[in-house]
Amino acid sequence: MRKLLFQSLVQMSLTEPAPAADDAALAELGAALANVARRSLGRSLSIREVDAGSCNGCELEIHALANAYYDLERFGLRFVASPRHADVLLVTGPVTKNMRMALERTYNATPNPKWVVAVGDCARDGGCFAGSYAVAGGVSAVVPVDLHIPGCPPPPLQILRGLLALLQTAATAKG
Amino acid sequence: MAGLNELLRKGDIAANHRPWPRARVTAEIWQEAIAALAGGQWQLLGLWGEPDRVHMALRDESDETIAVVSLDCPARRYPSVGLHHPPALRLERAARDLFGIEPVGLPDPRGWLDHGNWDVRHPLATAPDPAPIDKAYTFLPIEGDGLHQIPVGPVHAGIIEPGHFRFTANGETVVRLEQRLGYVHKGIEGLMAGATLEAAGKLAARTSGDSTVAYGLGFARAVEAALGADVPPRAASLRALMAELERIANHLGDFGAICNDASFALIHAHCAVLREKVLRAAQTAFGHRLMRDCIVPGGVTADPGSEGVAAIRTLLADIKALFPALVELYDNTASLQDRTVTTGTVKPHLARQYAPGGYIGRASGRAFDVRRNLAYAPYDKLGFEVPVLDAGDVNARVWIRIREIEQSLALIAQLLDGLPQGPLRIDLPQASGPCEGMSLVEGFRGDILIWLRLDAGNRVARCHLRDPSWFQWPLLEAAIEDNIVADFPLCNKSFNCSYSGHDL
Ligand code: SF4
Repeated sequence: MRKLLFQSLVQMSLTEPAPAADDAALAELGAALANVARRSLGRSLSIREVDAGSCNGCELEIHALANAYYDLERFGLRFVASPRHADVLLVTGPVTKNMRMALERTYNATPNPKWVVAVGDCARDGGCFAGSYAVAGGVSAVVPVDLHIPGCPPPPLQILRGLLALLQTAATAKG
Repeated sequence: MAGLNELLRKGDIAANHRPWPRARVTAEIWQEAIAALAGGQWQLLGLWGEPDRVHMALRDESDETIAVVSLDCPARRYPSVGLHHPPALRLERAARDLFGIEPVGLPDPRGWLDHGNWDVRHPLATAPDPAPIDKAYTFLPIEGDGLHQIPVGPVHAGIIEPGHFRFTANGETVVRLEQRLGYVHKGIEGLMAGATLEAAGKLAARTSGDSTVAYGLGFARAVEAALGADVPPRAASLRALMAELERIANHLGDFGAICNDASFALIHAHCAVLREKVLRAAQTAFGHRLMRDCIVPGGVTADPGSEGVAAIRTLLADIKALFPALVELYDNTASLQDRTVTTGTVKPHLARQYAPGGYIGRASGRAFDVRRNLAYAPYDKLGFEVPVLDAGDVNARVWIRIREIEQSLALIAQLLDGLPQGPLRIDLPQASGPCEGMSLVEGFRGDILIWLRLDAGNRVARCHLRDPSWFQWPLLEAAIEDNIVADFPLCNKSFNCSYSGHDL
C-alpha cells in the first residue's frame, strides 16, 4: 500500500506548476504580508475562524485560502483550532442572537493582543439580515472590530488584502 | 390505502396554486395522510406553518404525485404528524417555535430553532408573545454503566458552521449522538414576509451559501409557477449550466474533504485545485465565483458570452484530464477504503422512511432525483444517469458524488453544445390577487422545496424554504451509532448537511 501511495505521489503531477507564483499581485501581497507579520508579531499569525451566523458563503472563500493557488500558510498565516492559540478572530455572518454568547466566549478566550476581522457584508451591519428578530447585528454589535472586509462573499484575494491592511495598521500602532 | 390523488379529491382544492395541487382538508383527512406517511406509502417533502394553518407537502411514489395538504387550525393546534412519522418531528418543533402552532401529541416539547434568545416567543405568529422561552435545554436522558458524554460545539475546531453535537460514548463507541441546531437561525422567513421579489430573492440566495444557485433557481421557479410565467430557453439552459457547475464545485470539495478527514491529504489538495478552477470559470462566465444572484425570477442576469463558454470548455478539459486519476487513487488506496467502507451506514429502511434527497438517499438505495423524477427544463431534454447504490456507507456516498461529477460534466457539455439563442429574461406579469407557487429543484445536496404566496403587486406574503438537510441530519444521528468517535468527522463530512439552510 505504501508503495502504491508513493507511486501515486511521484507519478501524478496533477497541479499546474505553481499557478499562484505567476500571479504577480498575489506574490507581492504575500511578500508584504510576511514582512509585516514578522515586524509586528515577530512570528506567524494564527487565525481562528468563527461563523457567527453566516450563510456559509464566506466560509467557502476562507477555505479557498488554503488551496494551492493561495496557499495561505506560505505567508506564515495559519488557521488554528482553538481561540486560545489565536491572534486574529476572523468572524463571518450577521451575529445571530443564538450565536452571540458563543462569539463573546470565543473572544474572551482569545489572549491579548488580539484583532477581530469581520468578513463579508453581513458582518458589517447584518447585511440583508439586519432588523430580524433573530439577529443581533454586525460583528461590532457584539465584539470590537478592527477591520472589515467587504464582499458577499469577498473572494480569497480580497481577504488576503484585508489581512495585510490589518497587519499594517497593527505595525503602525506599535510604532 | 388509496393514492394521494384520491385523498386530494376529498379536500377543497385551492385556486391559484401551481404547479402541483394544494388541498384544504379536514382534521380527519389530515389523519389519513398521517397514516399513509406512517405506513410508508407516501413520503414527507416538507411541513411548514402559518399563523393559523399548517401545510405539508407529500409525494406518492406510485404515480409520482406531488401535493400540498393544508389544515386550518384557528385554535393553533393540529394533530401531530411527528407522533406517527418521526421525519416530521423537527419540522413541527420549528413551526411551533415560529408560529406558536401546537402539534398535539408531539412527543418532544423542547424548542428547536428558538433557544430563548429572541426577546419574543413565536415571532411569526399574528401576535408574538413578548416573553421568550426558557433558555434551559435538556438533552435526552441516558442510562447505563460506563457511559460518558462529549459535548462538541457550537463553535467547532475547523472552519465550519456552528451546531452542537452531544455524544454519548461507551469507551470509543458512540451509543448515541444528539444534535442541537438553530444557532445560525437568521429569521429568513420572517424577513421575507412583505418583501419585494428582489429583496426576497436575495435572501433566498443567501439561505445556504454553497447552494446559492440552487436556492436562486428554486425561488425563481416558485415565483414563476405562482405567476404562470415561463422563462426563455436560453435562460433555462444557463440556469442548468450554473446548477451543474455548483454541483461539481461542491462534490469536488466534499470528495477532497472526506479524504482529508481520513488523513489522506493528497486527494484533498488536488480536489481543492479543481474546485478553484470551477469557481474561476464561473467568475469568467457569470461574473461571480459562486454565481450568486445570477438567477432571478423571470430569467438570468448574466450571459457567459463566447469568452465564458470557452472558459467552461477549458474547465471541462482540465477536470477530465485530472479527475480519473484521483478516482483511481481513491479506489486503490486500501488505507482510505479501510476508513470509508462500512463506516456510518444509513440503513435502506431509514432512507425510505426519511426520504433524504441527494447522495445520502441515493447511496442508500433511494432512486430519487428531481431532475429525473419531476424533470424541469432543460433536464427533460438532456441525457444523464442517476447513480444509485445500496451500501449506504461513507464509501457509497463518495462514489455517488464521483459518478455525479461525471454526469454533470457530460450535462455541461450537452448544454454548451445546444445553448439556445434568445433573450435572457422576461418581464414578469403582476399578480392581481394572491397566488401560490411551489418548486422542487435538485441542489448538490438534494431536493430543495420552496413554497410561497404572492400578494397583488408581487409582494411575498409567505415563503417557506425547506433545505434537504432537514431529512438528512436525523439520519446522521442514526448512522454514527456503533461507530467510533474518531470516525465522526468522516461521517459528518460524507453527509455535509447544511446548518444555515436548515436553521434559516
Ligand atoms: S456576506 Fe454574503 S456570503 Fe458572507 S455570510 Fe453574508 S450572505 Fe453569506
